[in-house]
Amino acid sequence: MLQSLLLRASNSISLPLPNRHQLSPSPKPLSAWIDAAPSAGQSPSNYRSALPSLRCTAAGGGSELQPLQNQGMAAQDEKDPRIARISSSIRIIPDFPKKGILFQDITTLLLDTKAFKDTIDLFVDRYKGKNISVVAGIEARGFIFGPPIALAIGAKFVPLRKPKKLPGEVISEEYSLEYGKDVIEMHVGAVQAGERALVIDDLIATGGTLCAAIRLLERVGVHVVECACVIELPELKGRERLEDKPLFVLISG
Amino acid sequence: MSAFRDQDPRIHGIQTKIRVVPDFPREGIMFQDITTLLLDPKAFKDTIDLFVERYKGKNISVVAGIEARGFIFGPPIALAIGAKFVPLRKPKKLPGEVIKEEYVLEYGSDCLEMHVGAVSAGERALVVDDLIATGGTLRAAMNLLERAGAEVVECACVIELPDLKGRERLNGKPLYVLVESH
Repeated sequence: MLQSLLLRASNSISLPLPNRHQLSPSPKPLSAWIDAAPSAGQSPSNYRSALPSLRCTAAGGGSELQPLQNQGMAAQDEKDPRIARISSSIRIIPDFPKKGILFQDITTLLLDTKAFKDTIDLFVDRYKGKNISVVAGIEARGFIFGPPIALAIGAKFVPLRKPKKLPGEVISEEYSLEYGKDVIEMHVGAVQAGERALVIDDLIATGGTLCAAIRLLERVGVHVVECACVIELPELKGRERLEDKPLFVLISG
Repeated sequence: MSAFRDQDPRIHGIQTKIRVVPDFPREGIMFQDITTLLLDPKAFKDTIDLFVERYKGKNISVVAGIEARGFIFGPPIALAIGAKFVPLRKPKKLPGEVIKEEYVLEYGSDCLEMHVGAVSAGERALVVDDLIATGGTLRAAMNLLERAGAEVVECACVIELPDLKGRERLNGKPLYVLVESH
């Protein structure tokens, strides 16, 4: 069936990539890649009890998205008919990654095309037309949910990664784990001061990773409008860790 | 097969948004950075549209994406064509029962995993990653899907490095890319 689509076989024709021939000792800064003004956005090791708090955010204020929903309430409370199917498509795996942990596996949600589409639609319905220009997704499961949301609301997607994965100049934010520390990185120049951003991950547990993501963005002057996750584990009090930063989730518990 | 040879007007915009970072992760490597593409909503949308136009209505029920940058391009394609998304991951990331495929690196080897039961025999699948270099990872991905009985219809990448001859390592499977870099 794809035969009709296959392009003619060709010899290797080298099409010059303009930037390849402008090699300089350091790559073009990220700010040069971005068009002028922004248009019209279970870390598994953190499943235990709340950690000593690092101030999550300097910014204050409640949710400006209140007309859609009260701040801090999960979509589940509004009994959107799509939620039940999304919830039942998530698989729970006991004793992963360690004994005693009930792992919330969203890969089964991704296998249900309607549930996956509904998940994205619920976020897009909430964030479209809110002048959000940045969707930041936390590696790696935030990379699955973030880009479809970004594409649908016309925002750019910014990956927040473990150390040494992003090439070029980065800024780093350290955060505490139950035992030890971890680091999350963002490209310098990916975002501009004044931009409005969402932070996306599949799940919020203790909130440590999300807090670090918020700090990274706020350090460069971005306004984090809301954090959005598919799942919240309320007993781990991640929502409290985010302090006054709004959190929107589809499923709680 | 590359989209740019068709002179699709969107290709130039995509191409110019890919940043090359010299000496990453090691000296001598010219790293093709797609994160700058993701910062341009139009170019990112065009990228996805080009794949969706190719694969929509072709009875493809599985889009498998290779961790981690395949997770960025695969899901939007899957959603648009009505396919499920299957993440192919580094070891010990996927909970529950997995099948594993080892593959060779320049020095040493690595391993890719897929959930048991994610795909059924007879399903038609795409494999998506941001870039094909030597083809080792893509080949491992294809093997995983075929071991589960799926038919790999095509591999799809944003960028190909043709000098590394990855295309030849795909066991005769077609490869579709948007941009080549020499």
